[in-house]
Amino acid sequence: MMTMEAAIETRDLVKRYGRTTALAGLTMRVDRGEVFGFLGPNGAGKTTSVKLLLGLAQPTSGGGTVLGAPLGDREARRRVGYLPELFRYQPWLRAREVLALHCALAAIPPPQRFGEISSALDLVGLTDRADDLVGTFSKGMQQRLGLGTALLGRPELVLLDEPTSALDPVGRADVRRIIRTARDRGTTVFLNSHLLSEVELVCDRVAVVDAGRVIAAGTLDELLGDGSVRIRVDGLAPDDRQRLARFGPLTDDGDWLSIRTIGTAQIPELVAAIVGAGGRVHAVEPGRASLEERFLGLVGADPGASDPEARST
Amino acid sequence: MTSLRLVPTIVRLTLFEALRRRTLWALIALTGVVVILTGLGFEYLVSQARDRGTSELQLQLGVSQVLILCAFMFGFILATTAAFLAAPAIAGDVESGVLQAMLARPLGRGTFVLGRWLGLSIVVVGYGLGAGLLEIGAMKLTSGYGPPDPLGAAGALAGQGVIVLTLTLFLSSRLPSIASGAVAVVAFGLGWGVGVLGGVGAALGVDSLETVSSIVRVAFPSDGLWRSAIFALEPPAVIAVLSANRSTAVLQANPFFAGKGPDPLYLAWCAAWVAGVVGLTIVSFRRREL
Repeated sequence: MMTMEAAIETRDLVKRYGRTTALAGLTMRVDRGEVFGFLGPNGAGKTTSVKLLLGLAQPTSGGGTVLGAPLGDREARRRVGYLPELFRYQPWLRAREVLALHCALAAIPPPQRFGEISSALDLVGLTDRADDLVGTFSKGMQQRLGLGTALLGRPELVLLDEPTSALDPVGRADVRRIIRTARDRGTTVFLNSHLLSEVELVCDRVAVVDAGRVIAAGTLDELLGDGSVRIRVDGLAPDDRQRLARFGPLTDDGDWLSIRTIGTAQIPELVAAIVGAGGRVHAVEPGRASLEERFLGLVGADPGASDPEARST
Repeated sequence: MTSLRLVPTIVRLTLFEALRRRTLWALIALTGVVVILTGLGFEYLVSQARDRGTSELQLQLGVSQVLILCAFMFGFILATTAAFLAAPAIAGDVESGVLQAMLARPLGRGTFVLGRWLGLSIVVVGYGLGAGLLEIGAMKLTSGYGPPDPLGAAGALAGQGVIVLTLTLFLSSRLPSIASGAVAVVAFGLGWGVGVLGGVGAALGVDSLETVSSIVRVAFPSDGLWRSAIFALEPPAVIAVLSANRSTAVLQANPFFAGKGPDPLYLAWCAAWVAGVVGLTIVSFRRREL
């Protein structure tokens, strides 16, 4: 059976700085076309991982591929966009000139450059400031410029290291829109972040890294597990109420019924069963652990929260 | 080495930076002021000397020595400028984070170093030749005296600047900006100082001082180029008179006198030194983790 080539694949990636181990055997796979969230607490090795993927630092041992080429491969980097965590651009250049420089560095053919630059400026909302010096930009504007720079030339893979760290809520919403636009046109997005709500909103799959290794990975459903549902209902006979326990552990609070460990796919079936039994549904409130709760469980003091089922990468 | 096509891009970026940061403009403006003031000074000096009946030979001797002193100051300014232009050229971009986004592109580190070195060399050589020839021209205009090889003198001073910038760029591949610039300026000063001591050693017959001076001129060839600049500024008649009146050994103790021109082999070594240090810079920067 043919296996689709991964956008990113690492095997036992180890990075040591003197006596400090930044990565202790990072193994992960990012499929093409997905938005992949890379989560972890400060010092977990997220930025180090990105630097190894781009060849900005060399692994102590282990290896991997980016777009099918060895880590740091120069030709593969032609197809990669990158927004560094420390986003700084020449303050003495104008925004348009920074983009032109990166067009040249990315070997985008000259006839396409004008269009690429205009499109990038428009995408990140900097068209009006295109001819201003970067040195006059706020941090948020510099981060927007960095995002535009990373997306020049429609890269196959874009690595975004904390892309919303300097942005206000409007800017964050813009970044989510930009990420979704990139995914829709086939770009793989590797989102390195500790803003869990952002990740939860845009990522197809996530990996949680702690102390230099992946401690959990999978889709959000896989990571967060089954949720619960609260339903406000009336007109249902007591026996019919009890029969609903087949969907999961049931708590009957009169107007409200709560069912735990129910999959989201089962909720329509549950509602149909209530209506079929003559009940009237007034409200349905699905709920499950947030990514933040799950993340804190994984990296916090409760080692039992780590789910062995979700550890496969 | 496919990314070598990006060398011109980095050269342009470096030149653009020098212009946009206004360093070059400030230097050019300052040089203009200095040229005008020294030109007026030469004019005053020569007219006063002629009024007092000074012979043409004495006049040539005096003017050439003042010109050499001006060249010394100009060489020092050029070397310091080269050091402070080159010091942040790698380290500054690493420290600010600018390089992370650039080197994530298909831009080789060797290409970046080559582009930076070429761009800075164009600035230093362009400024060195331009300002040096302007100063010599102003002197010729006001005093009537012209050195035998103005281009050779300005070229040697510019070469000295390139030696300093090359060393600074190498240091910048590993050390912070300020440390790179400071170490390079100190190395330049020490190189000149050891050259003077070597001359004194020759005058006094202290072989060890001469040997140390020769080693330093090979290891860091800025002082050797300074001697070439002096020779290019001295009129042959002046060299003949000075050589006839004093022993060669005593003349060697004068830091503003050179009895012979540059050895082509030494100039070739200077070129090889620059190429070798640029190569070392590439190797050093390739090993640096960002």
